[in-house]
Amino acid sequence: MLRLEKRPNPSVFWLWATPVLAVALTMVVGGLLFAALGSNPVTVIRTIFWDPLFGANAGYFRAQLLIKAAPLILIAIGLAMGFRAGIWNIGAEGQYIIGAVVGASVGLAVYPTENRLIFPAMVLAGAFGGWAWAMIPAILKTRFNTNEILVSLMLVYVAEAILAKAALGFLRNPEGMGFPGSRNFSSYPAARNFDLIERTGLHWGGVTALAVAVAAYVLLTRHGIGFQIRLAGQAPRAARFHGVSPTRLVVFCLGLTGALAGMAGLFEATGPGGQITENFASGYGFTAIIVAFLGRLNPLGIVLAGFMMALTYVGGSLAESTMNLPAASIQVFQGMLLFFLLGVDVLTNYRVRRPSGAAKGAEA
Amino acid sequence: MIIGGIDIAVLFASLMVGSVPILLAALGETVVERSGVLNLGVEGMMIIGAVSGFIAAVQLDNPVAGFLAGAVCGALFSLIFAALTQGLLANQVATGLALTLFGIGISSLAGQGYNGIKPPATFALPMGPLRDIPFLGPMLFRHDWVVWFSLFMVAAVWFVLNRTRAGLIIRAVGESHEAAHALGYKVNRIRLLCILFGGAMAGMGGAYISLVRVPQWTDNMTNGVGWIALAIVVFASWRPGRVLVGAWLFGGLMVLGPNLQAAGYRIPVEYLSMAPYLITIVVLVVMSSGRRGRATGAPAALGQNFHASR
Repeated sequence: MLRLEKRPNPSVFWLWATPVLAVALTMVVGGLLFAALGSNPVTVIRTIFWDPLFGANAGYFRAQLLIKAAPLILIAIGLAMGFRAGIWNIGAEGQYIIGAVVGASVGLAVYPTENRLIFPAMVLAGAFGGWAWAMIPAILKTRFNTNEILVSLMLVYVAEAILAKAALGFLRNPEGMGFPGSRNFSSYPAARNFDLIERTGLHWGGVTALAVAVAAYVLLTRHGIGFQIRLAGQAPRAARFHGVSPTRLVVFCLGLTGALAGMAGLFEATGPGGQITENFASGYGFTAIIVAFLGRLNPLGIVLAGFMMALTYVGGSLAESTMNLPAASIQVFQGMLLFFLLGVDVLTNYRVRRPSGAAKGAEA
Repeated sequence: MIIGGIDIAVLFASLMVGSVPILLAALGETVVERSGVLNLGVEGMMIIGAVSGFIAAVQLDNPVAGFLAGAVCGALFSLIFAALTQGLLANQVATGLALTLFGIGISSLAGQGYNGIKPPATFALPMGPLRDIPFLGPMLFRHDWVVWFSLFMVAAVWFVLNRTRAGLIIRAVGESHEAAHALGYKVNRIRLLCILFGGAMAGMGGAYISLVRVPQWTDNMTNGVGWIALAIVVFASWRPGRVLVGAWLFGGLMVLGPNLQAAGYRIPVEYLSMAPYLITIVVLVVMSSGRRGRATGAPAALGQNFHASR
């Protein structure tokens, strides 16, 4: 039997090597899974990880990559701040939905006015919606000491019910001949989140995601509140003596995630999604949890992880259409990635030793 | 007896049936958390139990085999959580989330081709003349065996936790793993067994959803029940008896909606579908407010991994 020995300090090498190792392990075990489903594993892995980048029609897929990565990165950066401080907001999906609904409502309320301020107002409204939705678990946590994990998750189901109400009721397209879903934003230029450069997939969401990543990195490494976040996560007792206010941290981390998730929802609804529909939410809020961990809770790492995860989405749907792979297999693949990541992370904090060698070392 | 157009006997009977999945899963999680482990993967283990129980019941044409398969697969699935948190010392919150995400994916993969099939029916236990007692008959004596099993498990879990040596060891491990380790107990091994028990109970609860409650297989059909079960454990202050109260409360609220609609009250569907989650939040607030720190009854070592450094 092997034995674990705690490292005095986390290994910097393994800190960055573990995500790579986890991706490699996922490819191997995922390949076995695909083989069990009756597909050629090498072809599937190539279809998911290589073809979207360098295969035929790569231009289209690269644009898709950017479209999928933007919301994932936005949400994951907020989540990572909280996770670092030990604040577990897992209801980003709900904040994403509410952001989209609130932002879209603002835009649709003034339809069909044309004004260049409409889109910025919608973005702000989306951020506000997500922020307000995240404030519910934050205030319950700080005021009543209620578990934020459960509350934020319960609110996802509530948000889904509100989304259904919006798509079928108060935001339904009055000219939609009774079909569910709001007006399509692609035919409303003032509120449209268009590609900044034609056919690259780079819309305002992508720009915001990259800017937020840099800002979050600076905040985390160079700013007081970033120090407080890291301190509260690593040494809660020391943080208390240092005068870190837990209430402030909870409100800040949850609020930030909510605002970013709400913005991501608005960018999605007005851009790639096009309209508010009942099944507009696609699980980005949950996948972003995987992205946050894959990026080592580091804003710059999250940018890479976001693209990696977007690749599994884009390549996954490619494999779905060309190789008849079931849609759920990609979800399994992503879940597996998180398992491997959490598993191999043991190497960051522990040394693996053979017991006999360790015993000798202790005697010497 | 009919109050406001609702037959109380029928309401209570459907409450007892409706609360079974929550009750089973929450009882299992109570034991897990009393041993100091926070497994947030209840939802994932339930959906695995739901799909595997459904497949087994349909393939073998036997509902009992379905429940057994649900329990076994739930336990096997929780083994992933146990290996990661107890063996590789991974963060329990993150691993539990991963278990849920992975479970939802793998269940819809496994359940392909089983949509739209009816599972073999689980019949009510023959209770003879008891069935026909007015009021009490339809309320209590027309249930299937799983309802009675879940009630038996409440008593069994209470007895084991509070009146046996095994329960004392589980609680010791959950309150102070350092002390339990110093006494010579294998902390991680005891926790592993508790996690497996929790997995089996959640799996069986999931199987009850796909075999009796709905009864058919659809993707993501547990729809948050596992998370409500987690909330019930907090509501119950980690006590099995109160878990029963909590499960019945929520079971009642969940069946009240359809009953109200059947009785002719017009409530919009959206409000009915969000009600259980909103009520869960309210209950959590009431239970946790005003009692900062450890007084809520949470095991002291909840969510902390144990690594014997010496």
